[in-house]
Amino acid sequence: MTQVTDTLAAYIAKEILRQPKRAISATEKLISSGLIDSFSLVDLGLFVETTFGVQIDDTELNAETFDSLEELERVIDEKKG
Amino acid sequence: MLPAIIQQNYLSQPGKTAIILQRAGREDEALSYADLTRGAFRYTRAYQQAAIAPGDVVVLILAHGADLIFAFWGAILGGQIPSIMPFLTEKLAPERYRADLAALVSVTQPAAMVTSPEFEADVRGAIGPGSSVRAVLLTSQIPAEAEVNFQQAGGLARSPEEIVLLQHSSGTTGLQKGVALSHRAVLHQLTAYRAAIRLQPQDVLVSWLPLYHDMGLIAGFLMPILSGICLVLMSPFDWVRAPYRLFQSVSQYRGTLSWLPNFAYNFCAQKVRERDLAGVDLSSWRLITNCSEPVKAESHHAFYERFAAYGLRKSALACSYAMAENVFGVTQTPADSLPVADEIDRAAYLHERRALPPEAGLPTLTMLSSGRALTNTQLRIVDEVGNELPDRAIGEIALHSNCMLSGYYHRPDATEKALRGGWYFTGDYGYTLNGELFVAGRKKDMIIVGGKNVYPQDLEALAYEIPGIHAGRAVAFGVEDEKAGTEEAVIVAEVDTDDPREREQIAEALRRHVTQNSAITLRYAHIVSARWILKTSSGKTARAANKEKFLAETA
Repeated sequence: MTQVTDTLAAYIAKEILRQPKRAISATEKLISSGLIDSFSLVDLGLFVETTFGVQIDDTELNAETFDSLEELERVIDEKKG
Repeated sequence: MLPAIIQQNYLSQPGKTAIILQRAGREDEALSYADLTRGAFRYTRAYQQAAIAPGDVVVLILAHGADLIFAFWGAILGGQIPSIMPFLTEKLAPERYRADLAALVSVTQPAAMVTSPEFEADVRGAIGPGSSVRAVLLTSQIPAEAEVNFQQAGGLARSPEEIVLLQHSSGTTGLQKGVALSHRAVLHQLTAYRAAIRLQPQDVLVSWLPLYHDMGLIAGFLMPILSGICLVLMSPFDWVRAPYRLFQSVSQYRGTLSWLPNFAYNFCAQKVRERDLAGVDLSSWRLITNCSEPVKAESHHAFYERFAAYGLRKSALACSYAMAENVFGVTQTPADSLPVADEIDRAAYLHERRALPPEAGLPTLTMLSSGRALTNTQLRIVDEVGNELPDRAIGEIALHSNCMLSGYYHRPDATEKALRGGWYFTGDYGYTLNGELFVAGRKKDMIIVGGKNVYPQDLEALAYEIPGIHAGRAVAFGVEDEKAGTEEAVIVAEVDTDDPREREQIAEALRRHVTQNSAITLRYAHIVSARWILKTSSGKTARAANKEKFLAETA
């Protein structure tokens, strides 16, 4: 886990899953597994934007674009790039 | 008759825009009434070629797009009975989806199913040997052109009492009841509902609602098209990822009408960014109707506060009580005036089931009116034995109209239970005051999460499939989530182990299993020790008492 994935994991566990102690590994499936439901994707997008200063378009909020913390980190890095 | 109206629109206003189809990441596509008719006849032709006869049921499993629209109206024009069902999403377990769809097929007995290549395997997986389904029609194989010929299509020859479409209620998918609606019922509903909202030819309706739900199908699809007005239609999947699209669409197309479930007011108020509203003008929006979940004054307030600066008119906020069994609307608050708010005594409401004016200093609740009955619909509030109750007494809502369901399709047992003496018993509780209806909960313990209905018995049955949770030792109920403006489902389950790690594993398995096998996402899995759950003297699980215990424990 990196600082970015740690930050994302803490946010998802606390605010989306409402289980602050829930561990999420860097490779755990987030969207295709139903862990993050569609109503929460917009929250995740807003969090990424305010925390990392990059915009994720709503057409990118799907399992094809990212389905794990490490994939989401890669999307964030590419946008920062 | 529905086909005759399509014919009339085709002849009288072929060039008028019927639907502006919106898809994220693509240009908007405008379909005129002529385009709509021509596209629909491609499907009418396909049904004919596959020997699907008038009166046969056609199940449509298609994503948001032109094919769904054409396949539906093609069936109407051909006299087949369309029924739109949801497709498999990544949330749901594929085995569950196929089993539920197979159960639906065995009851409904469709002659054909229409789908796209991406869902073909799921659809075929639900069709067993000896099935009624004679054809699976793929969007990729529909004729590219077909003659517009109303007389040759079977739809015009249907009689007004015959069934025009099936609308499947939500709830347990396998046991879903197909509400069968006649041409006459649909047209009576539209006449009464249009009058209630004073529909004008220049109205523009903006909707993101799914078409397999009555609010999306009737208010957000049939009504605009059969009234010859313009519909701006976006996908529910696009809206939920980008709720700002609703506001941009209203602004861009000068939208006047929308229907939203209560949670959407909170969702939009909380999740639309300022920069996505740049230049947005909502002053054209004359009627936004809150419907299909319990209506909350707080949700209207939050929505208005958030969007007033963009021209939202307070008088646009309206409420309706609706159900597929009455085609759609039962009541509606009028355009241009706010729904009546009734402040009542909280304790009398909770403990005596009465909605009384508050006494000074005691806690109150604010109830929002769902409006008056449509002109074609009569309402009664009745007690357990069917006696009519006076104003302010809470009882079951019963209704009678000229637009009621013909019955639940192939379910005479369910029809007989719901329709008694010409009245439909809704299973919802409510009270009246000066002719206005206030809805006050569900008789059948139904939980409504973000507009999706689930029954606690179904959630409990799923819980018993988890190793470590025994039958009879779980209880499900809904708790109000004030921030979200909807309910959250909770399952409390007794286990034998005291080991925190094992308990967490059971909780995790429970959340995952319920999420993948029901319409909702389960967040609250509360694992407790034996004898936590309260039972009635007859050994039944007392949901309300367990809910109170849960709330007291987690407060």
